[in-house]
Parts: sequence; structure tokens; C-alpha cells
Amino acid sequence: MEAIEIIFTASLWAAAIRIASPLIFATLGELICERAGVLNLGIEGIMTVGAFAGWFTVYLGGDLWTGIVVAALAGAMFGLLHALLVVPLGLSQHVTGIGITLLATSLTSYVYRVSLPEVTSPPKIEPFQPLPIPGLSDIPFIGEALFNQTPLTYLAFLAVALVAYVLYRTPLGLAVRMVGENPAAVEAQGIDVTLLRIGAVMAGSALMALGGAFLTMSAFNSFYFDMVNGRGWIAIALVVFGSWRPGKALLGAILFAAFDAYQLRLQQIVAGVPYQFFLMLPYILSILALITMARRAGYPRALMIPYRKGER
Amino acid sequence: MRLEPRVETPWTIWVAAPLAAVAVSLVLAALLVLWSGAAPFSVFGLVIKGAVGSQFALFETLTRATPLIFTGLAAAVAFRARLWNIGAEAQLYGGAVMAALLGTGLLPLPAPILVPILLIAGAIAGALLLLGPTLMKTRFGVDEVVTTLLLNFIILLFVSFLLEGPLKDPMGMGWPQSKKVIDAAHLPKLIQGKRLHLGFLIACAMACVVWFINTKTIHGYEMKAVGFNARAARFAGMKVDRVMVKVALLSGGLAALAGVSEVIGLKGNLTLDLSPGFGYAGIVVAMLAMLHPLGVVAASIFVAAMFVGADAMSRQAGVPNYIAHVMVATALLTMVVAMLFTRFKLKWR
Repeated sequence: MEAIEIIFTASLWAAAIRIASPLIFATLGELICERAGVLNLGIEGIMTVGAFAGWFTVYLGGDLWTGIVVAALAGAMFGLLHALLVVPLGLSQHVTGIGITLLATSLTSYVYRVSLPEVTSPPKIEPFQPLPIPGLSDIPFIGEALFNQTPLTYLAFLAVALVAYVLYRTPLGLAVRMVGENPAAVEAQGIDVTLLRIGAVMAGSALMALGGAFLTMSAFNSFYFDMVNGRGWIAIALVVFGSWRPGKALLGAILFAAFDAYQLRLQQIVAGVPYQFFLMLPYILSILALITMARRAGYPRALMIPYRKGER
Repeated sequence: MRLEPRVETPWTIWVAAPLAAVAVSLVLAALLVLWSGAAPFSVFGLVIKGAVGSQFALFETLTRATPLIFTGLAAAVAFRARLWNIGAEAQLYGGAVMAALLGTGLLPLPAPILVPILLIAGAIAGALLLLGPTLMKTRFGVDEVVTTLLLNFIILLFVSFLLEGPLKDPMGMGWPQSKKVIDAAHLPKLIQGKRLHLGFLIACAMACVVWFINTKTIHGYEMKAVGFNARAARFAGMKVDRVMVKVALLSGGLAALAGVSEVIGLKGNLTLDLSPGFGYAGIVVAMLAMLHPLGVVAASIFVAAMFVGADAMSRQAGVPNYIAHVMVATALLTMVVAMLFTRFKLKWR
């Protein structure tokens, strides 16, 4: 009975929104890349870079928002590297993406160790604090769940609206969607396919990095190796689950996070079940979501297909 | 500027491209070392010395290369057929669990019977772990990259559960580790008093087996055809799904052997840190070897040398050993670019 009551507590949903925030950034980022026809398996590494870059900027005395900008730029740079390898050169997006993840994670570990050789426990920073929205945060239930979060969470929701607007209401968005479906048609419009795809991957990667930065600058206050812990891969599953649409992806991320928050609370109630099985649930859920959605998934038609001018 | 397919690749390119790839990653690593405040040449010297500079170092490198050969073969087999198995880490642990389950006294058999049983049981576990994502791919069209990646996390949690529950060593002072495998389950050491064990030779033998399958059997031909163009293979009358399943069983089984050999050859028991990313490093190994099974052996020794050498260097020069991981990752990226230029040439116009 208690297990059901939890679902109706505001604290569960507040936690869900918090857990969803990095996933929203990452899923949006991957969505933009894939909409432009580029699978970005660098996501896990790019999130790690974002987590480190943002945190480290603040640790060195930077402003929190400066940290966010640095994280986004660092992510965009790795996105640029990925894009240069897979768009103009047309290399395998799988292999390159894994390579980017390995490079980004190992480089982050290296820079961390060189910069902080002596530390035994990870240094802490003053992270983003919850910012209750005047008026809205007083609404019972919804206020606590939704309007008593840190600024980065609000930014995540704004990003969804912005990406949805750009994708569906602007010529740029139309071009991005088209380049993922039929690059030759984009070329025929006089738009440079290569530049457009590179730009989309950079923008997407910047968002992924923000997802990572959320972990070190809002959810926690220091940087650990392996702290991204598969969130990037889950984001890739969420993109499929959300059928490549920002709104559905947001819904997927929140549902997923609610489930994650729920299993955390359930662990304390249900005795006798080893905690590892609860921790497995989110990953299993991702796989199940993929199975149910894969049949009707409308993959961008040109996803993972390199475009070479004049080639059929 | 555009890429134009080469009709013929001159042999100079075949030599120059990989050398350029290695050179670029060395320069990048040198810059990183310089930034950390150490002298690149002395650091590289220490890496080489630590990897191959003494008999001890050489054996250590070969010992470290053993699991990489298995996971590298697993990736090479799968990628050749375009089955993107990124789950070698999970399959490795699948094999290791079987070794710990059956090798710690459950089967009181003599070594010549027990060791093959452990190897085969482990391989079956790994094969089944990849069979799931592969069937999801062929039946439901689920992308295997994501499912194999997510399985890595699931299996690691499952191993954590086993080590704190059913497989926990009661004498382990509370550490999450399994009991030691019985004496009969141990792979013999190749040289008395060294850590190098029979697993290395088994790995090399598997490389030869995979090479034989690839080049001399109809299965290998079908796997290649499916990877090259699945549609064309289907039109040619091949049962693409069935070929994929074969690839999955072979690839998963190979990755699992890495786990078995680490448990019964080197560590003696199952722990949560059995693999420091051997599954992922196998992908790099396979790409460096250009998916050639015999090349995998060479590439594994190269990558293992980097890791072992960097560990030794790190103890002396103080440069973090993560530099080896950075070098291996950049080598992967520069190598795929280099391979591109063996097939294409740049045209400026």
C-alpha cells in the first residue's frame, strides 16, 4: 500500500524532475544530431567532458554560468571532432562515436589527475541552488515538484521548447530535419549539407555537455570518474522512445526519471530484494522501451548514411 | 576538396597510412605530457622500458594482452558482419561468472576435464548474452549498439549481486569477491614462477581458428557478405538472420573466454574489478588490426604494452597512466582516418 502512496507524493516528482534534467539535455542533444542524420555515440564521453569542464571552471574561481558556457563549448569542440570525422570523411559513425567516448573520458581523467595531483577526495564547489519561482512555487504539489528546482532544470525545459520551435517553426529547423531524411534535396536547395550537419552535431554535443554539467554543478557538487554512468546510452534509447520528437523525448525522460526515483524509494520499503536488482530496473526499462518502440520507429531516413556530393 | 575512391592502392600508402596514424597520436600524447610538466622523450622511454624493457615487463605485457586478444577477436568477428557488439564487457563477465560458479568446487573433476568444461561453459554464457540483443535486432529491429551497451551495466550489477550474495566468499573478510577456484581449475603457467598462463596460447589459437573460419569456410564467407551488403547477401540466397546469430554466438563466446581465462588463469577468483574495460579496449584492438584475426594478436600486444608501460612510467615519472588510454583512443581515431586514405584519395578542387 505504501508502495502506491509514494506515487502521489510531490517529493517523488520533484526528484523525478531533478533526475530527468541531465537526461533531457542529453536526449535533446542526441536528437538534434540524429535528426541531422548523424548518430553520436560520443555522447557518454561528451557528457563526462561537460561534467568536468563546468565543475573545473567553477573550482578555479569562475562564475557558475561561466562554467555552463565553458562546458557547452567543450562539448561543442568534441562534437566538431566527431562531425569532421563522420561528415566530410564519412567514417563509420559507430566506431568514431565509441572512439570519441573513449578519448573524451580518458582525456578528462588525464586532465583531472594532472590538474589535481594531490587530492584524495574530490574537491567540492558551491553548486546551483534551488530557485523557487515566485507565485508558481506556492501551488500545492505542482509547485514543489516543478517550480522549486535549480536554474539548470528550468534551462532544460526551456531548451526543449526552443529546440521544438527551431525544428518545426524555422527554415533552419526544416533544413536540419531534411538533411537527416534526404540530403540530396537539401543540396538542391543550395544549402551546404556538410556545414549543416557539422553545425547540428556541434549544437547537439553542446547540449549533451550541459547534461553532464548538471551532474557536477546541480545534482552533486564535485566530479567523480564514471559519474555519467551510462546516462548517455540511456539518452540514445530515449531518443528512439521519443520517436525523434522533442516533446515525446521530454515525456520519456520524465517517465524514466520518475521510475528511477520510484525504485530508489521502493528499495527502502521492499525488504529482501537485493538493491542491485532495483538499480538494474532503469536499464532494463530502457531496453523494453526500445523493443516496444522499435517496430514503429520512424528513423530519419539518412541516419548513419554518409553523404558524398554527386554520389548515388 | 573531395574524396575520390582509389582504383588501386600503392603499397607506399599501405605503409605510410598506419605510420602517420601512430605518429599523430604520439605527437598528441607528447603535447599532453609536455603540458603536465614532464619531458616527453624520457616519458616515452620509460613507457617502452616498462612494456618491453625486461623479461618481467615482456611477460607482463603478454599477460595483459591475453584478455585483449579474446575481446579484440570478439569485436573483429562481429564488426566484420556489421553486428555492433559493444557488450564484450558484459560477455566477459558472463564467462567469468561461469568459471567462478563451476570452478570453485561444484565440479570436483580432474584438470584435463574441468578446464575444457569451464572454457566451454563460459563461452556458452557469453554467446547467450549476445544472442539476446541479436535476436532483438533481427526480430524487432532494435539497434544492438544500445542494447549491448545497456547490458554491460545490467550484468555488472548482477555480478555485484552475486558477489555480495550467492557467490560471496565467506572467508573474504567482507570484500565482494568469490571463492578461489580449485587447483584443478587453474590454467597452467607457461613458465614456472611467471604470471603468463596457458590462456595466452589459447587466445592465439582462437585467433588462428577465427582466421580459418573467415578465409576457409562458407560461414566466414557468409559473415563477410552480410557485413558488406546484407541486402545483396539476402538476394544471393543467404539467410541473413541466421548468419547474424552465428556471428553473435562466435563473438559472444570469444569475449567470454577473456573472462574465463582471467579468472582461472590469472586472478583465481571473480571480483568486480576483474576487467578494467577490456571489453571496450577490444573494440580499439579490432580496429587497429583492421578486423584481421591475426592482426588482433599484434594489436593486443601493442595496446597491452601501452597500458603496462604507462603503469610503470606513472610510478616513476608521475605522469598519470591515463595517458595510455588517451593514446589508445587517439590511435583508434587516427587509424580509422588512415584506413580511409587507403581506399580514397583527396582531390583538391
